[in-house]
Amino acid sequence: MASKLTRSDRAGWLMALPGAGLIATFIILPFFLAFAFSLTNQRLASPNPTEYVGFENYRDLLGLSIFTLEPERNEAGDVLVDDDGQIEYPRLRKFTRNNPDYPKLQGKREWFSWQSGENRTVVLASDVVFMKALVNTITFVLVVAPVQAGLALVLALLINQKLRGISLFRAVYFMPVVVSIVVVSILWQFIYSPGDGLLNNVLSGLTFGAFQPRDWLGETSTALGAIIAMSVWQGVGFHMVIWLSGLQTISPTLYEAAEIEGSSKWQVFRYVTWPGLRNTAILILIVITMQAFALFAQIDVMTQGGPLDSTQVLVFQAVERGYGKQDISGGSTISVILFVIVLCISLLQRWLTRERN
Amino acid sequence: MADVILKGIKKSYGSVEVIKGVDIDIKDGEFVVFVGPSGCGKSTVLRMIAGLEDITDGTLEIGGKIVNEVPASKRGIAMVFQSYAIFPHMTVRENMAFGLTIAGASKAEKDEKVAEAARILKMEHLLDRRPSQLSGGQRQRVAIGRAIVRKPEVFLFDEPLSNLDAALRLDMRIEIGKLHKSLGATMVYVTHDQVEAMTLADKIVVLKDGYVQQMGAPMDLYHRPENLFVAGFIGAPSMNFLDVEVIGKEGDTAKVRSDLVAEFAAPAWREDIPTSGRAILGVRPQDLRPVDSNGLLSGHVTLAERLGIETVVDVALKDGTRVICSLAEDRVFEPGQPIHLDFDHKRAHLFAPERGGHQAAA
Repeated sequence: MASKLTRSDRAGWLMALPGAGLIATFIILPFFLAFAFSLTNQRLASPNPTEYVGFENYRDLLGLSIFTLEPERNEAGDVLVDDDGQIEYPRLRKFTRNNPDYPKLQGKREWFSWQSGENRTVVLASDVVFMKALVNTITFVLVVAPVQAGLALVLALLINQKLRGISLFRAVYFMPVVVSIVVVSILWQFIYSPGDGLLNNVLSGLTFGAFQPRDWLGETSTALGAIIAMSVWQGVGFHMVIWLSGLQTISPTLYEAAEIEGSSKWQVFRYVTWPGLRNTAILILIVITMQAFALFAQIDVMTQGGPLDSTQVLVFQAVERGYGKQDISGGSTISVILFVIVLCISLLQRWLTRERN
Repeated sequence: MADVILKGIKKSYGSVEVIKGVDIDIKDGEFVVFVGPSGCGKSTVLRMIAGLEDITDGTLEIGGKIVNEVPASKRGIAMVFQSYAIFPHMTVRENMAFGLTIAGASKAEKDEKVAEAARILKMEHLLDRRPSQLSGGQRQRVAIGRAIVRKPEVFLFDEPLSNLDAALRLDMRIEIGKLHKSLGATMVYVTHDQVEAMTLADKIVVLKDGYVQQMGAPMDLYHRPENLFVAGFIGAPSMNFLDVEVIGKEGDTAKVRSDLVAEFAAPAWREDIPTSGRAILGVRPQDLRPVDSNGLLSGHVTLAERLGIETVVDVALKDGTRVICSLAEDRVFEPGQPIHLDFDHKRAHLFAPERGGHQAAA
């Protein structure tokens, strides 16, 4: 059986070459290139030679300062108040633009601020858009991970029963997963559309017209929430199937033993089902977290990061900078930061959910 | 402690009737074993007693109360499963105290009851281990411990030893026997292993095709099987069956003969034995013994298995019919060697023909 061809090392390597080559070219190489580019000023197309800039890109993205503004005072030392009764402060740009006394504030812009007594404390960021993207991404993950995992578990528990027509429900819940996220996003744009959209219509119908139609994707207060709701809906079927496979590995005699001992439904879940789903839960949490950090298509199709950067997220920013603004080094830097965040969270989750014996 | 009485119990899944009317009377403190081939319904009957399966028809009484509609946890039973059904994420102690945890018992009560059960089963040193650190026998002990902690009136065992290796099975069998004596509780035990049935039971119930074939003390079943199925099922190796012709019946004996069997008078106490015509003769392998000549049967040896304590001889009669003879000694037989076999006429069994025992015999 074993011909010379199947025993030859060289033939083996040769056959592995196309696949290995593709992986190296399109996955491994770009991964390391991203690290390399993030330390340079590389642009997508530029007549100038690439220069090594050290960690400047990281400073430009992550730079933060806290600055306290003191109120304007008259000669007597009294606080100046404007016509509306608001305390007047010196303009922030006096400090951030070419002010040699405050080199740390150079080029930074206000991210957010709060009042403390007469003073106003301002948090300044080198890149406010990046900071918003970071906060939005983390918000997205923190909401989507528990909600999607929890909802998927509830659905899995519901369809893990022997009922007539249960496979219909399984199919229905799983359907959004099969549809491309781009198509889903376009469809949900209709649902969310202002004025006469499906959601507005349903809500005003249910409240007998009391509900005022909203522009779900066009208002800063609802845009991110709308995208979260849609993303949860789209992904929940996939995780439901994973939960379901976990549920079906639990031995039915364990349930019978619990039944004989007189367990209530909740006790059965608490003592039999949930402990049996431990490994599934770890898998699902890590998968959802990583998927949620990679949020891009929904934003790209539905909001482009708007309105007023309220749906900016990291991957969208990386693509926007790398290709939209041709700033490959900036985009690479965001990718590397994202990689480090996801890696840390995965390691933390593994450590928190480790087997304790 | 409690009696368990099954009256006309039936079970159907859709249109398929699995248990076709079973009456069993289990006395308080009795050890009853259900045996039968796979699919005979023995586990189904046990699960109906446990409350894990609905009863389609008939009544089930435990301790003088009809419990058809009573949930499993309120029937005063505890069950030990073939697959142990112990919770993998809990320690042995937590597993054994599970029922008490569910009932919200205090820690002191749990500790006391678990300690007592552990003492009975001699497994105090295992209490803080996890199931993954235990052997199969130890796991089954945990499952039995959990049952003891419940202080049930009736213990139910569903093939508890089937997942254990032979040596452990023997140990655990003895253990369960002792447990029954010390606790004095009613125990119902399902197995397909007739050695377990014969050694443990006060009363054996033989089931087949959803009917009770025979019910009685182990030795009753062995010596006076009521039908062909019970005769063939109880005893190892199985009873030999030969077609014979009845040529005369007088009281409880019938004269029988065939081309293979010389004429003799066989006991014929079973009611349905015809006064003439075909019948089936049953002889246990242990009742056959080789003789030099003039045996009732003759043929030649095809195979002899020497087990040390016994020798199992496979004999082909004149027309090729196989007969097994089991001798309680070590003796050498050559394949092909002619052999004459004889048996004590009183120990022969005579059955009516073509009665596989599909009807309830009891």
